[in-house]
Amino acid sequence: MKTIRFLGALLFTAALVYVLNTKLGKIPPMGKFLSPQHGFWQNAESPSDLNDKELHFANLKGKATVYMDDRLVPHVFAENEEDAFFIQGYLHAKYRLWQMEFQSMAAAGRLSEIIGKKALAFDREQRRLGMVYAAKNFVTESQKDPLTKMAVDQYTEGVNAYIAQLTQASLPFEYKLLDYTPEKWNSLKTALLLKYMSKDLAGYEDDFERSNARSVFTKEIYESLYEYGNDSLKPIVDGIPFAAKPGIGLTVPASADSLYFSYKKGEQNTIASVKPDKDNGSNNWAVSGTKTKSGRPILCNDPHLGLNLPSLWFEMQIRTPAYNAYGVSLPGAPAIVIGFNDSCSFGFTNAMRDVRDYYEIRFKDDSKKEYWFNNQWQTSTIIYDTVRIRGGKDFIDTIAYVKEFGPVMYDKSFMGAGKSGNNSVRSEGKYYAVRWKAHDPSNELRTFLMLDRAKNVADYDNAISNFKCPGQNMIFATRSGDIAIKQQGEFPAKWLRQGDFPMPGTDSTYMWQGNIPPAENYLMLNPQRGFVSSANQYPYDTKTYPYYLGGNYHFTRGWNINRHLTEMQGITPQDMQQLQNNNENTYAAMMGPVLLHYVNETALNADAKKYLQQFKAWNYKNDMQETGPTIFTAWKTNLKTFIWEDELSQLKNYVVPEENALLDALLRDSAWPVIDNITTKDHLETLSEAVTTSLNKSVTFLKETETAGNLAWSKFKGTMVKHLIDVNRDMALSRFNLPIGGGEHVINATKKEHGPSWKMVVHMTNETEAYGVYPGGQSGNPGSKYYDSFIDTWANGKYYTLWMMKPEQKDDKRILFHLQFSK
Amino acid sequence: MKFTLSILLTALLAFALCLRFDWWMVAVAAFIVAFALPQKPGKAVLAGFLGIFLLWAALAFWIKTQGGDLIAAQVARILPLGGNQMLLILVTGFVGGLVGASAALTGSWGRKLI
Repeated sequence: MKTIRFLGALLFTAALVYVLNTKLGKIPPMGKFLSPQHGFWQNAESPSDLNDKELHFANLKGKATVYMDDRLVPHVFAENEEDAFFIQGYLHAKYRLWQMEFQSMAAAGRLSEIIGKKALAFDREQRRLGMVYAAKNFVTESQKDPLTKMAVDQYTEGVNAYIAQLTQASLPFEYKLLDYTPEKWNSLKTALLLKYMSKDLAGYEDDFERSNARSVFTKEIYESLYEYGNDSLKPIVDGIPFAAKPGIGLTVPASADSLYFSYKKGEQNTIASVKPDKDNGSNNWAVSGTKTKSGRPILCNDPHLGLNLPSLWFEMQIRTPAYNAYGVSLPGAPAIVIGFNDSCSFGFTNAMRDVRDYYEIRFKDDSKKEYWFNNQWQTSTIIYDTVRIRGGKDFIDTIAYVKEFGPVMYDKSFMGAGKSGNNSVRSEGKYYAVRWKAHDPSNELRTFLMLDRAKNVADYDNAISNFKCPGQNMIFATRSGDIAIKQQGEFPAKWLRQGDFPMPGTDSTYMWQGNIPPAENYLMLNPQRGFVSSANQYPYDTKTYPYYLGGNYHFTRGWNINRHLTEMQGITPQDMQQLQNNNENTYAAMMGPVLLHYVNETALNADAKKYLQQFKAWNYKNDMQETGPTIFTAWKTNLKTFIWEDELSQLKNYVVPEENALLDALLRDSAWPVIDNITTKDHLETLSEAVTTSLNKSVTFLKETETAGNLAWSKFKGTMVKHLIDVNRDMALSRFNLPIGGGEHVINATKKEHGPSWKMVVHMTNETEAYGVYPGGQSGNPGSKYYDSFIDTWANGKYYTLWMMKPEQKDDKRILFHLQFSK
Repeated sequence: MKFTLSILLTALLAFALCLRFDWWMVAVAAFIVAFALPQKPGKAVLAGFLGIFLLWAALAFWIKTQGGDLIAAQVARILPLGGNQMLLILVTGFVGGLVGASAALTGSWGRKLI
């Protein structure tokens, strides 16, 4: 009896320990998590974390000192370059390990290992898109370059040196919350992160959705809904004559009219991928000395990305005998990505080009082993890809690779991880291979490594020449007075509308016919107008550039930036900060007059009239306290529904056309056929009716919003900076309801969860004068006061002075503590 | 006296073991003390509970005062405890105490076997 009760107690204790050591659903393993000597309490930032430290690693060649300043920005002073990359890896790991590892796992389609089977569809999509394939190609290619190889290898050593000394107690917080541990770092993980960026920036496509639109609409309607070019476009590269004869003469396939441009033929599909945010865009511009007060160039950049904690960016200075660079780096990869050195400054915006196309493959049978190409059966490569699932059985996916195109992403077993519009049953069973530029061997990292040490325009042009994908508008300014911009990337030369829809893949006629020659990516250097700029608009005049620039573009921000820069003179860095914070809603300023012209006030109800008065009084600025932007948003949303919902609802799955197309169509033709509701056969809806009804319809929503006290723009918008795992938007780790204006079509492109992820202004004076801020903090640890310490400054539109520290400033008051690195 | 001593020894031994080993060594500590210092099972259980409860709550409280209130505030909302940090400290102590109590009972009954 005594033995039994003892064993019972023993068993109970063991079971209790087991349960408290195990993650149950979303609940972390409570014993392990709460233990003050092991769990989250150990992630408290103690005062001693900010003490001087001496660190010894056998891999180091010389000595290095890292001066940590009062914003926790490291200033790395290394005796040689190898050590600098080692230290950068170490510091990234020290402050951001969880995020960089988590994102590389996400890139590789391995989230199921961490969060279980709910990530399976996402993981399969990553794998079927060939993310790992692309990353491996990157590793192979980049290892051929000694500089890149050295940088990545040293960086990896540094990350691993940090990981090696981790204990259960010192694990980053999120590992404890999600209950797993980091793997060793390697060059593939760095490559995966870069490909994750590629997917974010050059992975957007809506080919399947657009093919539905093609199948249902006439050519005219399709062209007006998904227009090519913008009527008010100010292209990035302007006033540069194009080559008299294009380097690639394109042949449109003879069968295109019947097989490809098959308007109104009826056949639809329901394939839907998870799409990167369409607004992953950015602003950058540089003004020459002719327009500045000092006579020296000023370069500005603010990349618009998802607003997340920990931030995508990590700020630092790296000084070696070879170069001295300051800016933001990408945790998980070596080099300063956006920043400046002692001679020049550089930044990026997204090119938005469509470099991801689909080809329908004809397989002999379901085994996918043989496919028909150029009149014979060819052998595919079959990959059996194992997805490990936490708390479940492994899932083995069978993926065919077709050498002419790439992985067969969609087939009977997989129709995409995205939400498919009108159809829950998805069973077309066709095979589509994806041809994606990010698969091609390339070494984008070298661009950043070379820009960090660039001295002049020739260095810049040389540095960016390696860069293939994601295509970027690369802006550059030198202390000696040059400004330049180029849309850099390796872009397929396409015929008009090639790749808008999936293409036949049974022969080579629809394949990309070559890459646009580098010489036809035009450089704009020191233009007469005194500035260069980009904001995700079309790079060239779409009517004269000889290749199709498929993709999704925005023209409003670029239009407004150019308008201001043209007018401005005697510019100071403070003027440039104001321009980055500019809240003018260019779209509203263009659309507003249309609405006011066509609204029939006599047909408005009393509340609608009240809101119309507020709208009329609005200055078209998306400032925080304005109600105009909220009214405009509601009105515009209802107007879009009124105008094209009847057309779009015929589609099994669709993407909503760009607002730019709506504006262009209404300005061109107030009797645009799409305005009419096709379901009311005996009545022709007019623009006036559409505008008036939409405002009346907005009233209920606006009144509710007003009653809730959220009519003011910033309250309505509710900008948040969301922790990476905060999918339900309810966690303490995120920051909510930030008081900030801006929005879509606004230079200050701050939307609800998306916006300027790093704002930088660099004045190329003898002592570089630079300002910057990002919505986050240097530490990824939610237990640190540096976790979100920049967010309020960012939301207030303020900047920090970026301190390019000099060796003689080693006793400066701004230095909080030192990290000494040596053997 | 023995009761107080048990509490202190449990806490001390648990703290020492956890410097090197996993968190569940608190169970081992409570077991050893209950086994080595025989008491009535009821008292042993209470001593085991209080030993770990006090250790964990005290450590948590100490960490909170040393800059730990930021992480505590985050966790007190995630768990969710309405952001109440004192409650989080009590929950921390309680979870540890539960393991301590269970292990102490095992130790106490184990002692009865010899």
